Order: sequence, then C-alpha cells, then structure tokens
Amino acid sequence: MELLNISSTALFIAFLLYLIATLFFGATIRDKRTDNKKGIAGKVAITLTIIGFISQLVYFITRWMVTGHAPVSNLFEFTTFLGMALVLGFIILYAYYRLSFLGLFALPIAMIIIAYASMFPTEVAPLVPSLQSNWLTIHVTTVAIGQGILGISFVVGLMYLIKQVDQTTRNKKNTWLEIVLYILFLFIGFIVITSSFNFANYRAEFEYPLGNQIATTEYHLPAIAGPNEGVLLTDGAFSPLFETPAWFQGEDAGSKFNTLIWSILAGTVLYGIVRLIIRKRIGAALQPLLRNVKADLLDEIEYRSVAIGFPVFTLGGLIFASIWAEIAWGRFWGWDPKEVWALITWFFYAAYLHLRLSRGWHGEKSAWLAVIGFGIIMFNLIVVNLVLAGLHSYA
Amino acid sequence: MKEVKCDCGHINPHGTVLCESCGKPIEGNQHIDGNDNHKLLNMRYDGTARRSQTYNKSIIDKIWSFFSSVKVGVWLIILALIASIIGTIFPQEMYIPAEAPNRDPAVFYEDQYGILGLIYYQLGFHNLYSSLWYMILIALIGVSLVICSLDRFVPLYKALRNQKPRKHKSFLSRQRLYSESDAISEEDYQLIKKNLKKNRYKIVEENGHLLAEKGRFSRWGPYVNHIGLIIILLAAILRSIPLFYMDEYVWVREGQQIVIPGTEGQYYIENKDFILETHDENDERFREAIMQEGSVPSNFQTDVVVYKAEKSIPGAKPELNAILDDSIQMNAPVKFDGYSIYQQGYQLNEFTNMTFKLHKTEDAEEEALATFTVDLTEPESQYELDNGYRVILDQYYPDYYLDDNGEPASETNFPRNPAFVFIVYPPDNTEPEVSFLGIGRNIDATGANEYKLGILDFEMHDVSGLIVKYDRSLPFFGIGAAIFMIGVIQGMYWQHRRVWLNRNENGVLMAAHTNKNWYGIKKDIEKAIQNTDIKMVEDQQELDEKG
Repeated sequence: MELLNISSTALFIAFLLYLIATLFFGATIRDKRTDNKKGIAGKVAITLTIIGFISQLVYFITRWMVTGHAPVSNLFEFTTFLGMALVLGFIILYAYYRLSFLGLFALPIAMIIIAYASMFPTEVAPLVPSLQSNWLTIHVTTVAIGQGILGISFVVGLMYLIKQVDQTTRNKKNTWLEIVLYILFLFIGFIVITSSFNFANYRAEFEYPLGNQIATTEYHLPAIAGPNEGVLLTDGAFSPLFETPAWFQGEDAGSKFNTLIWSILAGTVLYGIVRLIIRKRIGAALQPLLRNVKADLLDEIEYRSVAIGFPVFTLGGLIFASIWAEIAWGRFWGWDPKEVWALITWFFYAAYLHLRLSRGWHGEKSAWLAVIGFGIIMFNLIVVNLVLAGLHSYA
Repeated sequence: MKEVKCDCGHINPHGTVLCESCGKPIEGNQHIDGNDNHKLLNMRYDGTARRSQTYNKSIIDKIWSFFSSVKVGVWLIILALIASIIGTIFPQEMYIPAEAPNRDPAVFYEDQYGILGLIYYQLGFHNLYSSLWYMILIALIGVSLVICSLDRFVPLYKALRNQKPRKHKSFLSRQRLYSESDAISEEDYQLIKKNLKKNRYKIVEENGHLLAEKGRFSRWGPYVNHIGLIIILLAAILRSIPLFYMDEYVWVREGQQIVIPGTEGQYYIENKDFILETHDENDERFREAIMQEGSVPSNFQTDVVVYKAEKSIPGAKPELNAILDDSIQMNAPVKFDGYSIYQQGYQLNEFTNMTFKLHKTEDAEEEALATFTVDLTEPESQYELDNGYRVILDQYYPDYYLDDNGEPASETNFPRNPAFVFIVYPPDNTEPEVSFLGIGRNIDATGANEYKLGILDFEMHDVSGLIVKYDRSLPFFGIGAAIFMIGVIQGMYWQHRRVWLNRNENGVLMAAHTNKNWYGIKKDIEKAIQNTDIKMVEDQQELDEKG
C-alpha cells in the first residue's frame, strides 16, 4: 500500500507545516510593533501555510486514488477535511485582509481539528450502497468548505473577545470566555490521552446487553465507566470504577462515556498546569498578543466570513443535501437529526445576519454569536454523530 | 397624508427620515431610525419612508408594523430554532429504531427515557415537525418575509433612484466615513473621478458635486432571496396536495406480481430478483476495515418489470403490457410515466413453501407414506394425501416465537420462521393425531403418536421493499432554491458602495457609505485620492473606543 503511506505521510507533513507556520505567525507580533509593513516572518508563515495546504491536498487526492471515492465518508476523513477547509477559509481571508494574527489563531484551531480527526479509525473502508454516489463528494465537500469559512468567523470572534473582554477583575464575560478556552483544552486532552493509550496499545473487551442481544465492545482507554451491566473479558485490564448509567443509549455508549470522562480529566489537568504556570486566566494571558489589532477590523472579518460562508453552507448543507436525499431515499427532507441540526445551523446564521443590521449587535455581541455558531457546527459533527445517530451515523 | 418638502426643494413622502434627494435629516422623524441619540445616521434603508414606521392607526397598520420588524423576524427564527432542537432530543416517531422492544410510541418513550420520555410523548414532540404549531411558526416566518420585504423594497428602490450627488452637510458629516479638505484643484477632482471610474464606480455629477456608486444591485439581494424562500414555502403547501405528491411503500416477493398502490390499478410490478452483494473481503485495500467491522454490503438491487394495465372492458381482467424492465439500485431509482421507484428495504430468506412427509413413528428408515407441500403465502386448511391420509392445518405461525405467557405466537406475518400444528387423519378412521412442527422442532403432543411428520424440502425467496412515488412539487422547490442562492450571493458577495464628493466655497466634503466591507471601500478611496490634496476619510465608528 505504497500510495496509502504517501497519503498519511502527506497529512503528517501538512500538520507539521501548520505548526511551524503558526510559530512564524507568532513572530510577526514583534514585526508589527516596530513598523507597519509586512515583515519576512509573515511571508514565510503564509508560504508555509500554503505548502501545508497543498500537502494536505496531496493526502486527499492520493487517498481518493486508493479508495476510489472522495475521502469524506467517515468521521476521520470528514473531520480532516473540515480542518483543511478551515485552512482554506483562512487563506482566502488572509489574501484579502493580510492579517497575520489571524494565522496565529486559525492554524492552531485547524490543527486541533485535524488531530481530533485522527483519533477515529483511519483505515480505508468501502462504501455502503447508500453512499455510492457522486453526490457524496459534492455534498460533503461543499458543506465542509462552508463550515470551514464559518469556522474563521469563530476564530476571529474568539480573537475579538480575547482582545476586548475586560480582564482586570473576574467577571461574567471573562469567565464565559475562559470556559470557551477550557473547552479547547478538553479537545487537546482528548487527543493527548487517546494517542497515549493508543501508543501503549491498551485494549479491554467487555460484554454487555444491547436490546435483546449480548454485544461486545472494545475500550481503548482504561475503563473508569464500564458498559451498563457489562462484564470485563480481557485478562489484566483495569476493571471499571462504576457503570455507565442506563439512560446512555445506543451502541458503545459505555466506551463513548468513558472517553468523555478521560477527556475531561486530561483536559482539566492540562488546563490546570497551564494556569499554574502563567498564574492568570488564559484569556488574560492571550490579551496582550492582540494589542495591535484593530477591533473594527476583527469585527469586519468575522462578519465577512459569515457572509461568505453562509451561502456555501446553504448550498452544500441544505440544497445539495436535499438533492442527494431525493435521489437516495426518495425524499429530499426527512427530519433526520443531522438534517435538523443543519437547519438549526442555518437558522442561527440567518439570525446572525439579520441582527447585524441592527445597531448594538456589532462588536462583542456579534463575536459571542460567532463563537456559539461554530459551537452548533461542532455539536452537529460530534454529538449528533456519536449520540443522536440517525441516517448519518457513518459520518 | 401630507408630504414633506425639504429645503432643497424635493418633496418627500410622509414619514421620510432622510431627504431622498439631498439626504438632510428631516426634523421630527429622526426617532424612527434611532438617529436622535447617535452621531452617525442609520443608513439601512437610506432613511426612506416605510409604511410600518409611518402609519400605526388601524389594526392592519399594527399587524403590518409587527411583521415588518426585523426584531420580530429574528425572534421567529430563534423560536423555530429552539423548536427544532427540541425535536432532536429523542427520536421522532418515524425514527424509533426497528429493534426497539416495543415500537408503539405510547410505550416506547416512557420505556426508554422514563418520565421525560412520557412528557415528550404527551406533549406531542414525537411528531414535532408535522405539528400544527410548528407549521404555524414556519408560516409566520413566511408572513414576516413577505411584509418585511414589501415594506422596505419599494421605498428603497424609489430613494436610490431619486438620489442626487449634492448632499446636505448634515448628511455627509454624519456618515461613518467622512473628511473635510481645503478646496482642491480641478485636476485633482478629475483625477479622483478617473480613479473611481477605473474602479468601476458609476459617476453622477451635478454642479461640481459627485456621486460615485457601485454594486447597487446587491441591495436587492435580500429581496431576491426572500422571494426564493417564499416560493419554497409555497411549494411545501403544494406538496401536501395529492395531485402534487404521492408515495407508497410496497413489499414485493421475488416472483410476485402485484398492483402498484397509489396508481389506481393502472400499473403492476413484478420482482424478478433481489440481489445483495458485499464488498470483496480479499480486496487488499479494505481488508483491515472489513476485518474490524464485518462484511460491508456493496449493492442492493431489485430487478423489476413494470406493466401497464389496459382495460378494454370495465370489470374485465386487465391485459398487462410490460413497459419497463430494469434494475433498481440504491442511489439509482428508475422512472416510468412520471412515477419513480426507489430501492428502500429488503428481507432475505423468507420461506416460499415447505414439503412434508408422513411416516410411521417407529420406522427407523422413515419411509414416506405420503408427501405434501404447503404454500406459505397461501396455506390451505386441509391436504388430501395419497393412500387415503388427510392432514388438517390447525394452526400456522409464519414467524414463530413463544410469547410472554409461554404460548406459541407469530411475531410478524412474514414466513421467516414458520411453525405448524397439524392434525393427521389416518385412512382407517382411527383417532386423529396432533403434531407440532417447526424448524428444529418436532413435538408430539401426547407422546403416543403412531405417525410422524418431517420436513422434506423447502424453497425460499427474498422480499424487496420499494418506494413508489411522484413529486410534482420538486420543480418549484428547485426554482425557489435557485432564486434563493442567486439572491443570497448577490447580497453577500457584492456590496453597495457610495462615495460623495461635494465642493463648496470653503472646500471639499467627502463621505462614503457601504452596506458591508468597510475595509474594501476604504481601500477604494485610498486608491482614488492618491496623489491628490484631498484628505483621507476618517472612520467615525471605532469599536475600540467603546470597549
């Protein structure tokens, strides 16, 4: 599987390039202070970003060549593509606004998304009949690009809040901002803990009743919460501290709940360590980085990225989705949870765009909305897939 | 209602906020757009007279004002959003999983989710999206779309057509981008004009005053996309009429030919074969995934023939003419005469018929005294066998299981696991004997039967689940969606930019306005005034100052 190796290597290289590019974008902060023209660091950073993006394209195309279908058909493939779309959104908006700080925040978010993606099974899998359609490529890529551009509005909204929210004393706003940043740490916690135990190749098998049958489930993390009424089968594995409550429904509910607990633990520990080192709120520590950015400009980029992303999302997530659903199932709209959450996302950004017409909804309020909006997108990707699984349960 | 005459001589309709011609704020109307407490003018609708803001006497005025408010529109969207979220907390009735112990919604929700599930069911949230109140909510959004658009579009259209380059100073100085410069030379003026033209601005001049404008058509984007949405909502109403929409789910056995429901006996369908294929497990690419997840289907297909019934005489048996011989696959429906058929479900290995033999219980060779075949789709109640034997089919369980009381019962009506109670009558008129027979079961009720039945042979078939439908509302949805996309792109990817340059004896006033992308218009102005003595406009709205 020569080509598949090339593919995963290209993805890894892309990830590394984004990391290095972030460091260079970080270096531009000092440039800004002394003079207004673009320094060398900024040029290097954007060049590395573009090479990284091309490398990720190589991953995408070679994987497509191996599987014979566009690699957007499971959680790993889709989420990776979403990360790539976020980078694309960044490149588009950078080309227009030339704001280096954007890279400093957008690329780490993209990296978290890509790393998060690789925690899911990465084997190439064949397509079930319902996915065998060119509309898979058309619908899913358009949705992801729309979401990626909308993701930039989240990044910029977050930057706006970090810059503008008062950090002198603890208050409601900076607490909420801190919660948003803490959630990012949970993702990092999930990535760290999952890769560590994957590296150690930890496995524990359980048997548990599912409906009328007995199902088995494999844990890749030591079980804090075992499956409901589950029995540990693997010798030498840690036995669970408690059982997953019965109202957690569905296949592998125990393993998902257990992963959630581990992510919260690991994320909290990481967050705690960082807080201990810097001895202030993360938001307060980041605030000085954005001293030289104009709040007006951030507000505008945020609005623009919604204005650009919204039509793309509508086209991919509602219109192309409906066309495919009509071909595959004979109904273009079926109130499946994933469809409903796409509609909710659409409602939300429609409300955002209408609120932008009113006085008083620019700036901070609008930035909070941009953050919540991307929260809805991630909810649709993570919670709807893993908890409310419907027809889209495969991805 | 009386009209308002501005100092510039232009006559404005009642309720105008900013003079349509010179832009001067009209006294007494500034509260309408909230200009009275702000330095900057609200330019959203160019200060035009909108019905909703002007008349508030009759009940119709009040309803109009209510629905024309963007605030109300946003609230309706938020309500629809929250309602939609509620509908995803638990599965909707149609998505109750097939493997649920009890799929009756009255039982399912309480069973699975406890008291919350019960409340969910009792509030009707299990059918939320077809509930009257949800539909009313969506309809109200539709009403709001129509009224909002009409309220604004007409006056805005007129105002943008009437605008003049010469503006009142109080209009210019209260724009977000504004500068005052000393008088400039004619060359500078011409240079600016040339630069703006080069940037594809349309220039209108009047007595040395200048208006440069581009992308006005983007202002119509919102109205265009609202029209698209209204068409989509109307299409949804059409779809609820049987003339526009019909769908039927039909199960067809292999070899079976049945009338297609919903076609008034006009069409018949025959299932020639159902095919299920799986991905090759030896495919090197997928081996690992298949090993972990089990075999993956690659194709669901039903080979069908569709017949059209020609009835020469009413009541007579119709003559069937094959009009379609095709394969239906997932993602590849077939069409005929305006109908479409979709591959939706399947059931493998149902029993078609079973052949039994009768022999003496003590006969070790089990030599057949007689054989008979039961057609499981149409079982008979009695079978006359060779040699004078007679068998009565006393009970038939197509899908046998033992119910909660330990009684034999049938789980479905499909012959997936058939079981039978036979009564055997020997030729010599001795006492009849009762035998219970199923797959892997052969029970003699008394333990003293002289004769025994055994399964000799059986045939099986698959069943295809097909959807037959027509949806004549689809073109309307398509048109609505296309118009929506055009409108939303028109409004979002272009911006309406205007630059005013007014010259008087004291100098030059420059102001600019755009509905979005202030960064872009500033760059345009920077380019236009390069190498001239005019001052760059200042941004009078700095968010930094507020925070």
